[in-house]
Amino acid sequence: MNRRKFISKTVLASMASALGMDIVFGSRLPKGLLPLGLSKQDPFELFSKDKDMILLNDRPYNMEARPHQLDDDITPNEYIFVRNNGLIPNEVDVENWTLSIDGESVISPKTYTLSELKTRFTSHSYQLTLECGGNGRSEFDPPPKGNQWSLGAVYCAKWTGVRLKDILEDVGIKSDAVYIGYHAADSHLSGDPTKEAISRGVPISKAMMEETLIAYQMNDQDIPLVHGYPLRLVAGGWPASASGKWLERISVRNIVHDGEKMGGTSYRVPCSPVAPGESVADENMCIIESMPVKSLITYPKTGAMISDKKLSIRGHTWAGENSVIKMEYSIDFGSTWKECDLKKAPNRLAWQRFSAEVEFPQEGYYEVWAKATDSDGVSQPMLVPGWNPKGYLNNACHRIAVKVS
Amino acid sequence: MKSSPKKEFSNQLDLINGLILSIFVVLLLFLGVLGYAIFDPSFSRFSGFFNADSDEKNEFLAEVESEEVVDGIHVETGFIDAPGMVATIQNCTGCHSSSLVIANRMNEERWIETIRWMQETQNLWDLGENEKVIVDYLVTNYPPKKIGRRANLENIEWYELED
Ligand code: HEC
Repeated sequence: MNRRKFISKTVLASMASALGMDIVFGSRLPKGLLPLGLSKQDPFELFSKDKDMILLNDRPYNMEARPHQLDDDITPNEYIFVRNNGLIPNEVDVENWTLSIDGESVISPKTYTLSELKTRFTSHSYQLTLECGGNGRSEFDPPPKGNQWSLGAVYCAKWTGVRLKDILEDVGIKSDAVYIGYHAADSHLSGDPTKEAISRGVPISKAMMEETLIAYQMNDQDIPLVHGYPLRLVAGGWPASASGKWLERISVRNIVHDGEKMGGTSYRVPCSPVAPGESVADENMCIIESMPVKSLITYPKTGAMISDKKLSIRGHTWAGENSVIKMEYSIDFGSTWKECDLKKAPNRLAWQRFSAEVEFPQEGYYEVWAKATDSDGVSQPMLVPGWNPKGYLNNACHRIAVKVS
Repeated sequence: MKSSPKKEFSNQLDLINGLILSIFVVLLLFLGVLGYAIFDPSFSRFSGFFNADSDEKNEFLAEVESEEVVDGIHVETGFIDAPGMVATIQNCTGCHSSSLVIANRMNEERWIETIRWMQETQNLWDLGENEKVIVDYLVTNYPPKKIGRRANLENIEWYELED
């Protein structure tokens, strides 16, 4: 029982009963990092989330929005989905928080305090779309593993911070750099301090993009704790798991980063298409990069009953690294499509606003389907796209139900 | 009758022989256990036994706090009350909540694959005989549903939209 040396047994026992579980590796939890579940607070209150968000899991915390909650151009915190892989750091010591840059491909490692980051580099703000790689997973058949996200694991917030590129140039990186990997302060679900919950990253080309930020603000305020306070890597347009929260360290690698959840089937899809339910060997799984073209109807909420035969619809569309060039809607299950009004993005990697005035020919049950086409000419499928073992990249058209009387 | 000094001496010899013998036996036992530990340091072959009813059980197992069942559902965890539930709660709710387990619907092969993934990468222990109990419980009570390429919109909450 000497493993339980950090926290006394009685404390652990009372913690365990408060949580209704045994704290695995409880003794090995780093000091000051108690599982957040301890506070036994309502997660909606704890993270200031709207009560209509959907709670998928409370350990680790995973919640998603309903499409109509995502109507704002800049998503407010109360509607932003939560995807945690481990335990949130309970206490964040901002005074002593640092960001280190290390790895095989730095000339020599360097560490910055938060205030050095804010004062030594120019700050930039971008609206960046972040979508969970598994958004839409619940529609695949057979059901893939993981949290069963439906539609709302996506948002576009305004991020403010410094460019990763500026920091990497200040540190000095070698020509053999191929990837960056992040390391963060969250802890593994088992409490094992030698294990990271998640440590992903992006190729050096994405790291060097202007919009790739080391952010310290979201929507003009400190980043909320659940979204990565005090520092987050933000790589818009890529699976949101590439945007590491509670960021402490970035390793510049001379190989594809091999951190937790970079390998196996995590955030990977079969390199060539497979039949639904087929097993795929790890070596035939390829890392997801830019997210596919997609859209959401955010007004009206599904289930609208109208007495007029006219309806205004609107929503957002995005396409990973690409832009959306055409937005259409259909009220006859894709037999005919009509074009929507489509706005340009305020900056690259932000979602775009679309709207349309829909007219229904007669009374009855309708579905309004929305379809986006990106700058490569690729459109959203009406059916759920290629099955993959972990159910990523479901960009099938969104639809809402409408009754006209 | 008082024993002669000689008899007393041989009695003591017997005692010493006995002691040496028992020390030897203890030592052999110890070496045996040590030898086993080299091949199976976590004593995984005994884990089923420890999990079942020993006080010295796996310290990572989650506790079943309450036995309250309403309409066939274990209230505390939301699991369907059926054979294998207790082993599932004990082994599968220590790291993450039961909702992650309940939300996933797989066949036997894919459940075993998921368990292996957690064992290889997420610190899940060897489940011993409980593996079959747990997989049977999950496959029986949470079978995959066929939903096809695109399902109908369901559970629509209809409301009057004013403009
Ligand atoms: C030692 C810790 C631990 C234990 C015990 C554990 N798991 Fe997990 N499990 C994990 C971690 C870590 C994840 C990843 C969680 C995440 O990504 O949010 C996970 C994920 C899962 C998933 C989702 C799989 C995926 O690919 O995302 C399922 C299903 C699951 N566990 C079922 C079980 C079952 C059934 C048991 C009991 C046999 C169990 N777990 C016991 C650590 C554990």
